[in-house]
Amino acid sequence: MSTDTASAPASPASSAAATPIRFETNPDAYRHWRLSFDGPVARLSMKVDETAGLRPGYVLKLNSYDLGVDIELADAVRRLRFEHPEVRVLVLDSAIPGIFCAGANINMLGQSAHGFKVNFCKFTNETRLYLEDMSAECGVHTVASLAGTCAGGGYELALACDEILLQDDGNTAVSLPEVPLLGVLPGTGGLTRVVDKRKVRRDLADLFSTLAEGIKGKRAERWNLVDKAIPSSRFLAAVEEHAKSLAGGEGPRGRKTGEAGVVLAPLGGTYTSTGVKHKYVTLEIEDRVATIVVRGPDAPPPADAAAARADANGLWLLRVARELDDVLLDLRFNRVEVGTLVVRTEGDAAQVLAHDAFVLQHADQDWFIFETLMAWKRALKRLDLTARSAFALIEPGSCFAGSLYELAVSADRAYMLDDPDRPNSVQLDAMNRGPLPMSNGLTRLATRFLGDEEALAAAYANDGPYDGPAAEEAGLVTLAPDDIDYEDEVRIAIEERASLSPDALTGMEANLRFAGPETLETKIFGRLSAWQNWIFIRPNATGTSGALTLYGRPERPVFDWRRT
Amino acid sequence: MGNVDLQARIPNNVDLKEDRRLQRALESWQPDYLQWWMEMGPEGFQADQIYLRTAVDVGREGWAHFDYVKMPEYRWGIFLEPSSPDRAIPCGDFAGQPAWQQVPGEWRNSLRRIIVTQADTEPASVEQQRLLGHTAPSLYDLRNLFQVNVEEGRHLWAMVYLLHSYFGRDGREEAEDLLRRRSGNADSPRILGTFNEPVEDWLSFFMFTTFTDRDGKFQLLALAESGFDPLARTTRFMLTEEAHHMFVGETGVGRIIQRAADVMNELKTDDPEAIRNHGAIDLPTIQRYINRWFSSSVNLFGGEISNNAATYFAAGLKGRYKEEDRFEDHVVVEGIYEMPVPHQNGADVARLATEEIPLRNAMNEILRDDYIGDCEFVVDRWNRILEKADRPERLSLPNRRFNREMGIYRGWSFDPEGNPISAIEFERRSADWLPTASDKSYVKSLMTPVLEPGKMAAWIAPPRKGIDGKDWEWEYVRFDKASVGIGLGAKPSLIG
Ligand SMILES: [Fe+2]
Ligand SMILES: [Fe+2]
Repeated sequence: MSTDTASAPASPASSAAATPIRFETNPDAYRHWRLSFDGPVARLSMKVDETAGLRPGYVLKLNSYDLGVDIELADAVRRLRFEHPEVRVLVLDSAIPGIFCAGANINMLGQSAHGFKVNFCKFTNETRLYLEDMSAECGVHTVASLAGTCAGGGYELALACDEILLQDDGNTAVSLPEVPLLGVLPGTGGLTRVVDKRKVRRDLADLFSTLAEGIKGKRAERWNLVDKAIPSSRFLAAVEEHAKSLAGGEGPRGRKTGEAGVVLAPLGGTYTSTGVKHKYVTLEIEDRVATIVVRGPDAPPPADAAAARADANGLWLLRVARELDDVLLDLRFNRVEVGTLVVRTEGDAAQVLAHDAFVLQHADQDWFIFETLMAWKRALKRLDLTARSAFALIEPGSCFAGSLYELAVSADRAYMLDDPDRPNSVQLDAMNRGPLPMSNGLTRLATRFLGDEEALAAAYANDGPYDGPAAEEAGLVTLAPDDIDYEDEVRIAIEERASLSPDALTGMEANLRFAGPETLETKIFGRLSAWQNWIFIRPNATGTSGALTLYGRPERPVFDWRRT
Repeated sequence: MGNVDLQARIPNNVDLKEDRRLQRALESWQPDYLQWWMEMGPEGFQADQIYLRTAVDVGREGWAHFDYVKMPEYRWGIFLEPSSPDRAIPCGDFAGQPAWQQVPGEWRNSLRRIIVTQADTEPASVEQQRLLGHTAPSLYDLRNLFQVNVEEGRHLWAMVYLLHSYFGRDGREEAEDLLRRRSGNADSPRILGTFNEPVEDWLSFFMFTTFTDRDGKFQLLALAESGFDPLARTTRFMLTEEAHHMFVGETGVGRIIQRAADVMNELKTDDPEAIRNHGAIDLPTIQRYINRWFSSSVNLFGGEISNNAATYFAAGLKGRYKEEDRFEDHVVVEGIYEMPVPHQNGADVARLATEEIPLRNAMNEILRDDYIGDCEFVVDRWNRILEKADRPERLSLPNRRFNREMGIYRGWSFDPEGNPISAIEFERRSADWLPTASDKSYVKSLMTPVLEPGKMAAWIAPPRKGIDGKDWEWEYVRFDKASVGIGLGAKPSLIG
């Protein structure tokens, strides 16, 4: 994290009064990054504009970042995937001499409300994972090029790359100084990636994580904190050469030189105090309950992949994915009072299934269709990781089928109306059987039926349609009350939910949602983030004499030495 | 602890022979040090007899011994000021508690960093100055150069002693790295920027010893207040030697000013060209060198607003200049420092706004204030030379904001008075303010060696007296006849 920054006088940011945060941007509007291309080699250079923080009250010195910087990073990664299929290698570096990145800005963290800190870390974690996804899914090799200070979140950013090259100049070190300097954790996957991804020995990782000045040069290489320490006189040339050497050949599904990308057009939603309106996805807020409505396709799928490419921004699943993503971020950052999320769909299930079939038919060979599928995968994960109670309401006129059925199984509960006079169904397809895994690596159905292989096999074998009782019987919905009970049942469930402790609910939901095996992702969100969130509210970090509170101030922290 | 042992392989007053482990470690570092000295020490004069002072004790009187010695045979020793058993931590949160005789675990890394950063400057300056001997203006100056060099070498010994005795394996590795880094080397440069710039001529050397060594003095003064007692005692004795380095710098520049004043009076002109044609260095050029070296040296104090500085003070690792005598409040959790901080002003001209910085966070700036005050006295004394010579010209220090490459003023442009200006304006005026290529090549053209006893180069006045009660004309260096003209460096004026 950013060290030795100015101690700006803290002006507590009240999130309610602050202007809402928007998540759409584009390279022409970047304040903090330069994205450039040299054939198959892309370069993303960090040059944080210190005066362009998202909120007043802090200065983004030494390439330290806030949410605004990370929103641009997330945008750059997304655009690389869609707009630059010719790219085979991404070099991540800094355009400020002597500094790679000093991590998250401490004064920004210090003045932020707890909820904002948590969501900031969650967003940055998601972005780091997207960087790793890009490598795994698009074959874009990522190389972090460190020619200067690389501390805290800066090193965590490097850790999210496939390779880390370090300038061996006697000064440049990688470090995770959060524990010794700030009394908190490196919150963006650092500890997890050091031992789990880079397989740094646990005892060495322990030494490293308590050494504020970090480790430099050959020792960093020996401990596998970086892949290679290169003398400064050869550093830039060596990075260049290495990037070129990785840039040959074709990527998966036709990602190659000469291949034209798809420019993502702005979504152009309307945002008001009571909600968000996009083409297919809307958010409507009443008191502490928000309703998300996702609409099914209004036309049959394109004739073929080329036709899909010709109207790329109109492709239903891509658009839905981007809109849902945007709505979820709006909810997390701008609607902090909303505790319960009601998830509805509207439309023709047959059309949803037709679009699913189209996407799945082409995703294997066509990089663009595959990207669309992956965008939906990410949006669903974003929903899984959103700390609000989610109830899916399956009612006549809805289209919880295939890709959209995932919404119902992502939700904490699904209520389905059983009214013989008004047909209502859920339907499955291949989308539910593999291409949209959760962060535990399993499908949502497999996670749901953990330990009940029979039920899973039955669901996988029968796409439906299921009416209410059948869906309840098969375990595809939580409850399917009849028309006499349904309305009351739902009303009471929502009212009851709204009365429970939001903290307890957050913890409970996070524990229940991710049954099954651990992955790097579940460890980052479930363990690292959870511990971090606990530490963030402990007096040793944020009390009046806490280390984070006093960072940059003249006093030294005073700790409560009792361990739990 | 305390008996001086001058017969040991490593002269010391720390009872080295009682600590076999430490003795072995230092004795195994010694050959590496000597190898470094032969490779990177003064080039061309290693076989000659130099009249040098050697530290032999730490008392006020008689601490040094003067004699001819070949530099590689110089007796580099380890000397700490005597300990006072009841010394207390002078400042910070632990002020008043007994000073630490061992490194507290909590501050081990910070102390190691502080010591290594200080230590690195010592060999660095030797490396920066290694070619100067070939162009010395006199034997007196040549001897002074080498005196400074061997003592910087001893300062390295002092710091390495601390690393070896208190910082375990990390400390030994750092000690090795101190001999591995090279000033100006792209792949393993010295830690601080200023110490990677070559000191190419004697005007720069005198500026360096005036301004950059003076930074060293103030860093040592802050460390002399450390709660880590061995560090305080080591640095106190280093300060004794350091005084001579500043004397060399200040009187060196003073003699160049004297020479310029004499020539101006002789020719009855202040035209720089005329002064140059007469073989002296004109005052505007001297002023530009002052601007360059002062601005480069003020960078070395670290960030104006610094968490590290606050932590070091709070922990009692570093104090303020004369902490005990000059201050009553040694804890300093209250109080503010009013600092002009540059802000964006639409255009690229900074707008300075005064901000209130907690005193602890402004510790670097407080030390910088003391340093600048000390530099002002130096410039006053230089101006007195001009005054005595009946010259109307005066030299001055540039403002601390001028030409900064580190800290909050970096990236902004200021004139030498400290007024914010645009980068374009700075560029336009920089030939008035900083040494130009033609200044440098003129100064370089003067750099021909004068190595005969009693002779002095024409661009610098002789000093009033010499070293150790001798005249300045005395033979401070006796050249090894065998080496003259062969291999170890030509001494043209001796041959010619
Ligand atoms: Fe020194
Ligand atoms: Fe010195």
